[in-house]
Amino acid sequence: MPQLTAVPLSWYLILSAILFALGIAGFVFRRNVITVFMSIELMLNAVNLSFVAFSHQLRQVDGQIYTFFVMVVAAAEAAVGLAIILTVFKNRQTLTIDEVSSLKN
Amino acid sequence: MPNQPDLQLWLIPVFPLIGAFLNGTLGRNWSKGLIAGVAIGASALSFVWVVKTLSALGQLDTAHVERYFTWIASGDLNVGFDLAVDRLSSVMLLVVTGVGTLIHVYAVGYMDHDKGFWRFFSYLNLFLFFMLILVLAQNFLLLFVGWEGVGLCSYLLIGFYFLEKYAGDAAKKAFVVNRVGDFGFSLAMLLMVVQFGSLDMTKVFTAAKAMPVEAQSGILTAIALLLVVGACGKSAQVPLYVWLPDAMAGPTPVSALIHAATMVTAGVYVVARSSEVFLKAPLAMEVVAVIGLLTAVVAALIGTAQNDIKKVFAYSTVSQLGYMFVGLGVGAFSAGIFHVVTHAFFKALLFLGAGSVIHALHGEQDLARMGGLRSKIPITYWTLMAAALAIAGVWPFAGFHSKDAILLAAHAHAPWMFWVGVVTAGLTAFYVFRAIFLCFFGEYRGHAHPHESPAIMYMPLVILALLSVAGGYLPIMDWIAPLFPEAHEAHDMTLVLISVGFGLAGILAAYYVYVLKPGTAEASAARLGGLYRAIANKFYVDEAYDAAIVHPLEQGSRAVLLHGVEQVVVEGGLKGTVAMVRGFGGLFRHLQGGNIRSYAVYALLGAVVFLGLMVAKGGSQ
Amino acid sequence: MDLIFFLLFASIAVGCGISLVVQKHPIASALSLIGVMGSLAVLYLLLGAEFIAAVQLIVYAGAIMVLFVFVIMLLNAAEEAPSRKTNWPSRLLGVPLLAVFVALLAYLFDKMSPSLGTVTFGAFTTGGKQIGRSLFNNYLLPFEVTSVLVLIAILGAIVLARKEID
Repeated sequence: MPQLTAVPLSWYLILSAILFALGIAGFVFRRNVITVFMSIELMLNAVNLSFVAFSHQLRQVDGQIYTFFVMVVAAAEAAVGLAIILTVFKNRQTLTIDEVSSLKN
Repeated sequence: MPNQPDLQLWLIPVFPLIGAFLNGTLGRNWSKGLIAGVAIGASALSFVWVVKTLSALGQLDTAHVERYFTWIASGDLNVGFDLAVDRLSSVMLLVVTGVGTLIHVYAVGYMDHDKGFWRFFSYLNLFLFFMLILVLAQNFLLLFVGWEGVGLCSYLLIGFYFLEKYAGDAAKKAFVVNRVGDFGFSLAMLLMVVQFGSLDMTKVFTAAKAMPVEAQSGILTAIALLLVVGACGKSAQVPLYVWLPDAMAGPTPVSALIHAATMVTAGVYVVARSSEVFLKAPLAMEVVAVIGLLTAVVAALIGTAQNDIKKVFAYSTVSQLGYMFVGLGVGAFSAGIFHVVTHAFFKALLFLGAGSVIHALHGEQDLARMGGLRSKIPITYWTLMAAALAIAGVWPFAGFHSKDAILLAAHAHAPWMFWVGVVTAGLTAFYVFRAIFLCFFGEYRGHAHPHESPAIMYMPLVILALLSVAGGYLPIMDWIAPLFPEAHEAHDMTLVLISVGFGLAGILAAYYVYVLKPGTAEASAARLGGLYRAIANKFYVDEAYDAAIVHPLEQGSRAVLLHGVEQVVVEGGLKGTVAMVRGFGGLFRHLQGGNIRSYAVYALLGAVVFLGLMVAKGGSQ
Repeated sequence: MDLIFFLLFASIAVGCGISLVVQKHPIASALSLIGVMGSLAVLYLLLGAEFIAAVQLIVYAGAIMVLFVFVIMLLNAAEEAPSRKTNWPSRLLGVPLLAVFVALLAYLFDKMSPSLGTVTFGAFTTGGKQIGRSLFNNYLLPFEVTSVLVLIAILGAIVLARKEID
């Protein structure tokens, strides 16, 4: 049983893995396109946690720089992605991801 | 070999090659004058260069060889691009370039109305190139290049009127039959490599000279016989002569140049060149003589019943080539070559004259629709008469001297050959004069308005006629004889008189049958019945070939190759592969569902696999 | 203390995550995601990343999630309708693959555990100063590139979402 003041790093990583898996679950099983998008954000967050955890372990700030960049990119991606969703909704009148399958076959 | 000045032998064949190239690529848009100028110029330049080379070489006691570059250097086999001139090839060179140029000049007039004027002269020059390579070659492989090349040009020129089916068929027939001969030639070359390790003529002949005479069989006999197969193909001897009569589908200048004066003599030339090999293989020599004799007789017989003037002369060519083979076979090599030269003169003249007649009659070739043209086309008449007298062996015309030399040598070798030879001489005189009489005597039986040919056409006729008259006095045999170990027979007057007698008999018989008593021909034909029909149908040789070889090949191909191999193996294999690919494609198509969630699952699958690999490889270390 | 905080906020994060995946209405998912982000911010603090925690709350939870909520509102997103077509890769492979995935990861991390050490609050604290120094010295190029990226994103979003001017 770990001390009260020391949490094993692997627990942080396991938490990250669980959140990541949840993100994947949301991505794979949900049909609403916005929910899917949010699952992607969840995955990104999980990875951020990993980065910060390692940054702490290695006593370097680089991991946090990476999370910084991840966040910036996530922001950009969210903006554009939501704009795309808006456009698709305008054209297809649907938010169900299964029905946006023009690339079929 | 003493070092001799470099005479640029390569220019001899290259002039016509350049002519062929220019006319072939640019000639389409040129005026006829320019095309003709380039073609005749190339041929004439070649002739001039030959003369210059020969005068520079003088006596030519030894061959003058020029080696340019190594063509093949593979293991022990070394083949170079080597050209050589010796006494034998000097004669051939003069004939090819000289007669060739004359025919080029004639053709300018003959082909005047043809749309393919440029193409014709391009091919004609190309032919000259290959023939000259053949003659000048110092090794068998290079000779074979020329050999094949003239075969190609023969095909192109026979099929010149390619829009006519019979022309295309004739061209294909010529090529395929020649191929059979070429196969023999190739095998001969392979045996040479095996036996002598080289294809260079000097090496081969020196080695052969050192070998003993083979009584029955042996490597030299094998090589010789295979060369004979090749020669039979190219020089239209039994059994490979069937292409030559059909080759008359080509324009008449082509018949004159290729199928009379030059290409068909290539076989004779090769045998003469390889005399060292043949002298050590008496069996092969005998075969050559017998084939020559058989061919001479059979062709002469067939020639008596032909109605197309060009076909008569075609069979005449086959027959005369047979004579040359007889000369070679009995050891009278120089006589055989002498006959090549004189034959070039009078046979080319015969064909060009025939062309003149055909031109005068606007395309008529059937003897039945000619007649009485003596007065209408006199120049053609007189020149053709000269040629006919030459071929009939009448003294003092050219043919008499060469044919006589062969017949005398034949008698010295085996008297029965002499007798067959003189009978054939009689037949020769008969069918040639039959053609002359049917064409120029009697009443005109046609519908055209005959007119004499233009000067550009009759000038070469005149020159060739002069050569046919006086050519017998050219000292060709003396020039070439030192190359061959021949015994010079005593000049037996009796035999000479006998052969001349048979010739005159033939002429008189033709005169009787066709001029004095015009109905005699049909009457005799009726009485001879079956025999006449056999002769008129060329002894059904073509039909026999058809049944024995062509049809079975066709059926066999269709059954086995078409249905069997082609459809089952090739198409089946192909279709099978296509079906398989399609099947897989169909399977994988489902991956592209367009559904984002599926893609995510696949990505996840990939990640899992990757992780699994990581774990399997031992964790994060 | 660290342990308790960690366990508390880790469970909140996982709970919100599950909620995100399970909720039917997108707005509920959005709110769950905000919850996750909040707990993560606390965890970052525990790990000594003060700046990152602040940025997480301001940018991620404050801006991006607001954007999400606005879009949900705009699109009038409703509860998910029951599906008509079944997507069989996800049905067939989704759960097993996930399970395997998690198992593998857990195994890996467990194996790595001894070498990873522990986290103590205050052992390594970084603030804006360190991040700024590193960002503008070592990572200047990526920084500038990301600024261009953001510009592009702005342009893209505007182009995609504007009304057609006819």
